[in-house]
Amino acid sequence: MSEELQELADRVVAQAHAGEQVEAYVSRDVETDIRVYGGEVEHFVSAQSEGIGIRVIKDGRTGFAYAGTLDPTAIAEVLAEARDNVAFGTPDEWAGLAEPDGVEMVPQELWNEALADYATDRKIALAKELERLTLAGDSRVRVDDANYADVAVESAVASTTGLRRAGRENGCYVSVSTLADDGDETQTGFGFSVGRSPDEFDLHKAATEAADRATRLLGATKPSSKRVTVVFDPYVTAMLLGIISSTLNGEAVAKGRSLFKDRVGDTVASPLFTLVDDPTNPLAYTATDLDGEGLAARRNSLITDGVLQGFVHNSYSARRAGTKSTGNAVRGGFKGTPGVGCLALQLQPGTRDQAAIVADVDDGVLIQTVQGLHSGVNPISGDFSVGASGLVINNGTVGAPIREFTLASTLQRMLLDVVEVGGDVDWLPMRAAGVSLVIRDITLSGA
Amino acid sequence: MIDSDVLERVLATAVRTGADFAEVYAEDKRSTSAGLDDGRVEQVNSGRDRGAGIRVVKGDTTGFAHTADLSEAGLLAAAEAAAAAASQGDGVTRTIALTRGPQRTVSPVAQYPDDIPKAAKVELLQRMDQAARGAGGSIVQVSAGYGDSHKHILVANTDGVFITDEQVRTLVRVSVVADGDTGMQTGYQSAGHTIGFELFGQVDVEDLARDAARQALTKLNARPAPSGALPVVIKRGSGGVLFHEACGHGLEADLVAKGGSVYRGKQGELVASPLVTLVDDGTMTGEWGAISYDDEGHASQYNVLIQDGVLTDYMWDYLRAKKEGRPQSGNGRRQSYQHLPMVRMTNTYVLNGTEEPDDIVRATEYGVYVAKLGGGSVNTASGDFVFGMTEAYLIEDGQITEPLREGNLIGNGPQVLLDIDLLGNDFAMGNPGTCGKDGQGVPVGDGQPTLRVKSLTIGGTAA
Repeated sequence: MSEELQELADRVVAQAHAGEQVEAYVSRDVETDIRVYGGEVEHFVSAQSEGIGIRVIKDGRTGFAYAGTLDPTAIAEVLAEARDNVAFGTPDEWAGLAEPDGVEMVPQELWNEALADYATDRKIALAKELERLTLAGDSRVRVDDANYADVAVESAVASTTGLRRAGRENGCYVSVSTLADDGDETQTGFGFSVGRSPDEFDLHKAATEAADRATRLLGATKPSSKRVTVVFDPYVTAMLLGIISSTLNGEAVAKGRSLFKDRVGDTVASPLFTLVDDPTNPLAYTATDLDGEGLAARRNSLITDGVLQGFVHNSYSARRAGTKSTGNAVRGGFKGTPGVGCLALQLQPGTRDQAAIVADVDDGVLIQTVQGLHSGVNPISGDFSVGASGLVINNGTVGAPIREFTLASTLQRMLLDVVEVGGDVDWLPMRAAGVSLVIRDITLSGA
Repeated sequence: MIDSDVLERVLATAVRTGADFAEVYAEDKRSTSAGLDDGRVEQVNSGRDRGAGIRVVKGDTTGFAHTADLSEAGLLAAAEAAAAAASQGDGVTRTIALTRGPQRTVSPVAQYPDDIPKAAKVELLQRMDQAARGAGGSIVQVSAGYGDSHKHILVANTDGVFITDEQVRTLVRVSVVADGDTGMQTGYQSAGHTIGFELFGQVDVEDLARDAARQALTKLNARPAPSGALPVVIKRGSGGVLFHEACGHGLEADLVAKGGSVYRGKQGELVASPLVTLVDDGTMTGEWGAISYDDEGHASQYNVLIQDGVLTDYMWDYLRAKKEGRPQSGNGRRQSYQHLPMVRMTNTYVLNGTEEPDDIVRATEYGVYVAKLGGGSVNTASGDFVFGMTEAYLIEDGQITEPLREGNLIGNGPQVLLDIDLLGNDFAMGNPGTCGKDGQGVPVGDGQPTLRVKSLTIGGTAA
């Protein structure tokens, strides 16, 4: 299958004119999306999509075009459009495609045949079972929807610089959204389970978490404003790492948009804070063997014992910075050109579980959800302000639920104010692994 | 795009397994975008998306399939797949007769972006870059973007609905970084309308760029925002997102039906300050959320959601309206042919009150003046929402004084609606937005006059 896509990409690249760099990226994906409500299938989506994106670079100018079809006439049109677009770019001495760098690929098991063969009625049954299990646990809980989804993607890239790589990957998940009622009050929760095949699902855990998340906030009150120590749940930490990663983006650094520009070698975080980006770790949900330009994905140290080690790069940002690509080109499909990003972030874990950590906190909050990361956190200035909900920690004991408050600090201070990293690593379906994280001196704003 | 006799055969195939309803949604979209960053036009991009989504409803189950192949064979294969997804029922033969709906043009286009040379689009970016950099020596970085799209849509269904429409949208945005003694600060501006290149006869892109630069420069001197509950005055045209988040989503009938909205069962009740009349209006010519038809083939409408504080109606799509035995409201929208439609907002805004905006500030002894809001999000079941203030000032003794650093505001939708105690007479629409729901983004607009909320929690760090 992927050979067909590789040949297609090769044929486009073979049409490059003299003095022109050409890259073709081709992908095809097949998706199933099943939603169950009240024991019945609410919707069943079966979809296949495919497309091609072509990048042409000449005399330092770049043009790009895409089409959501692999029809030969359309492909010819895409190449012509990309060529036409070249004329409007500003010449850039660093523009260019990635060159093979000799770094060995660390092979990953990204394809599961059992999922490819899984019968449709069994997929529906999984979503129905998850709904049933979620409702069975607690009479206050309703299910908004229960879902099963899977996706299989094949892709191929070819370039005039000699990169030529094809691959395929599949995966699936079940998820459930819950509502819990108590009088006039309603709170929400969610649970999920992810796998390369449905055999890896833990439906009971997904159901229990979805019910707990919704019910534990019932009766929550708005706290008064004060400075507190917060314990972030692993899920919240993973979201925070996602924000921090944009400050470690080599392109943002080159363009003066990172608060860590000119800080390599400086202490930017607590000595307890060691951060790596390691897509070669097969435990990571986003483990991969290739980056978006077709170079081998690799392990990169970003912050070690609080000291900033460096940034992540694709081939463009690396050329600008006078270094080599770190294999961190990120491509969002055939509709765009590769940017720069972390692929699989992991904080080096500590030793204690969340219960032991909480037992040492006198006055704090266990944060279970945050809201508004995209609107209240500015990774350029470092200003940090998010809505949150969670549970009060009093003399080492978890107590009453609280909601409708904000947490504020700056990213710079928060990294220095880390007082413990938990040992409870959770490989979440995100670009960062979760782990409990304790940060002191955060401003909580409430009533 | 597709002949009506082909559509009739495809729909007949889609309901052959005994389905109640089937629909073909086809689109053909061409788009252009260009980006400038760090002083260089980095790239001009062209895109083409073309295909059809086929929806089949049987009982409470919806089957959906899509294809990029608009030939009769391609459409028939997708119809079979959607029908199989919806049911395993017995064979039935139904004849479908389509009646072509009238052509509607809510937003006429004067200059199709397809007819404008790419060089003219790129030149806008360069003008924005120069204007922003000219605003002060502390401006250290500028990025600017341009985008246009021209989309033809076709909707046909087994109820006989058959419409075609075209949607043209044009947008520019600019973001600026300023650097000073206390670190870097950012500014952002954008303009987008459901019209063509004539947008740039109405909008001065250099003014936009200078305004983005002004925000960043102003914030270099900003102090940390307060922490805690305070009165908040929101400038006209910058706070529509508050209504979008605080109650708009909660008035979407699909969320209401499943009990996932705090506004369930509240029709006829006072849910907001009597000053508030809230409208969702797909017919607002040229606005970012304007549509002639929704993505289910229903003509767009002007819908009053809250009248003088009283909840009058929710927003509806085909499925929810049919279940309740009532008319649709023109709010069935989708991101593309690859997505199922659902209830979505269009242009959501609050009508004018009577106060002079200056008097609203003067009436506030101590509080926060928000001149520009960023994005937001809401939990529709609890009503808790947040949104970011990207340009804000302190109000002291009835005067706007010092600029504040960025932060989130947090509140509870139903409470905030009741807490609006002053409403201005200076209505304006805000910046173009993309509303996300269930993984789909659609263009929306919002607007409001200057107003005051008695108390909102400011997520700053200052005591």
